[in-house]
Amino acid sequence: MTGEPAAARWRLAVDAEQCIGSAACAGACARFRMTDDGRAEPVAEVVDAEEAVRDAAECCPVEAITVTDADTGAPVAP
Amino acid sequence: MTTHSRQVRDFPFETPARLSMEPLFATLRRTEPLSRVRLPYGGEAWLVTRYEDIRTVLGDPRFGRAATLHDAAPRIQPDPAGEGVLMSLDPPDHTRLRKTVAGVFTKRRVEELRPATERIAGELLDAMEATGPPADLVTSFALPLSVTVICDLLGVPREDREKLRRWSDALLSTTACTPAEMAASTEALADYFATLARQRRQQPTDDLLGALVARCDSREGQLDEGELVLLTRDLLIAGHETTASQIANCTYLLLQQPHGAVRPDADAGMPMSAVEELLRFIPLGSGSFRARVATEEVELCGRRVRPGETVFAPTVAANWDPEVFHDPGTLDWERSPNPHLAFGHGVHHCLGAQLARMELHVALGALLERLPGLRPAVGEGEIEWKTGMQVRGPRTLPVRW
Ligand code: HEM
Ligand code: HEM
Ligand code: SF4
Repeated sequence: MTGEPAAARWRLAVDAEQCIGSAACAGACARFRMTDDGRAEPVAEVVDAEEAVRDAAECCPVEAITVTDADTGAPVAP
Repeated sequence: MTTHSRQVRDFPFETPARLSMEPLFATLRRTEPLSRVRLPYGGEAWLVTRYEDIRTVLGDPRFGRAATLHDAAPRIQPDPAGEGVLMSLDPPDHTRLRKTVAGVFTKRRVEELRPATERIAGELLDAMEATGPPADLVTSFALPLSVTVICDLLGVPREDREKLRRWSDALLSTTACTPAEMAASTEALADYFATLARQRRQQPTDDLLGALVARCDSREGQLDEGELVLLTRDLLIAGHETTASQIANCTYLLLQQPHGAVRPDADAGMPMSAVEELLRFIPLGSGSFRARVATEEVELCGRRVRPGETVFAPTVAANWDPEVFHDPGTLDWERSPNPHLAFGHGVHHCLGAQLARMELHVALGALLERLPGLRPAVGEGEIEWKTGMQVRGPRTLPVRW
């Protein structure tokens, strides 16, 4: 992977309705954590672009994670 | 600590008859939530039996799988590497490989397979009806359904399926086969998938195997040839035995008991909450025996687990923890929430979970709709159960309708 330009910022969201609490994202990427009621949430809403974030979104079994470009709103993953 | 708490027990515990839960899990949960066990290979390890601790071990990145891959690792199987390529990796390697297939197994993609799965189930029931009762639900419905679904997905030709099933059966056994027989089957399956991959290279296909070959050959090289072969082999094995056993187990349980206060009306069909409850209730075994190794010091149950120490975290024990599931030994068709760990937790959360859910839903729904008079064709004592396999289930389930 060539990676994103260093300045890229991504916006993270987890759809709590869809999330089945598998913890696949939180285990793969420190930008996600599990809440007390067993759902995932982003640690911060906007983060520096990082491959692990995209991977976590692509591994979510129910596509509950969306990653968009924080500036342009363009979809990044899944 | 009392001497009682230092007792070392043989693990896995003796499997009780049929689908009964190992009673020791409940005892240990109360008296010794972190206990010592002795494995058939590799010596001693920790065992946790409470839901929260099991979820911690499976979900916390300080526990890994890669470190279980050496000869001295406490384990069930003779071969330390015999538990699948995805199951033997930690992030980030695990993530890289898992993401090559994750997209195929999302809920949305799996829903696209529902109509085909319904058709397969319908054809199997047509054949059963044509022959007439009695029939063995395992060989005439549960197994062919799950084998056909995963083979169609992968792109395995129909005529090869019986042969594949024999090899994969050998791999899943713990005592029913010798280590030599298991090694031969591993080889045979890997060779087989290597051959299929070579064919795809000459003649691209739009099945999963074809897509993986394309990824393997792409400039980004997301997986190598060896991983491709192992991954497809694992999907075949993981994809059919568990699901087939669960279809048979669920049917067995539904036929056993007057089941509950809600009558599923014909239109509503099989409620998904009932499928989830069956998944929680049945101590399938799968997911219970794959240990984790602490990669750094972790506190667990008020004790320190040291780096390099092995912990077993059986999901079946988590699913019967009364702290989380009220009256866990009773099937409650509307249990909600139902945060069971039947598909595991964390990065190794079952890749096929959505597929298995859909298959179970379709299979049980089809039985309910097409054969409402379904009943056992033999007495309880005549149903033969699998032994020496990691996954519990009836070997045969003779039924009438
Ligand atoms: C593969 C799926 C199923 C099969 C093969 C099956 C089979 C049967 C059989 C053989 C009976 C006894 C015959 C009768 O009393 O009419 C029965 C009754 C009943 N079933 Fe099922 N069943 C299935 C799924 C379900 C589900 C998912 C539910 C509930 C959510 C359910 C609820 C009932 C109820 C309420 C009765 C009436 C008997 C009683 O009140 O205990 N069944 N079923
Ligand atoms: C009812 C059926 C099934 C059950 C109960 C089940 C259960 C599980 C459990 C508990 C795990 C996690 C093991 C652990 O963390 O120690 C797992 C992993 C896995 N399952 Fe399933 N499974 C089922 C069906 C399937 C199907 C249909 C497929 C195939 C497509 C599949 C493929 C896998 C794979 C590849 C893994 C390893 C994932 C990884 O390491 O990232 N399973 N399964
Ligand atoms: S991977 Fe998806 S379903 Fe699993 S916890 Fe994260 S957001 Fe929820």
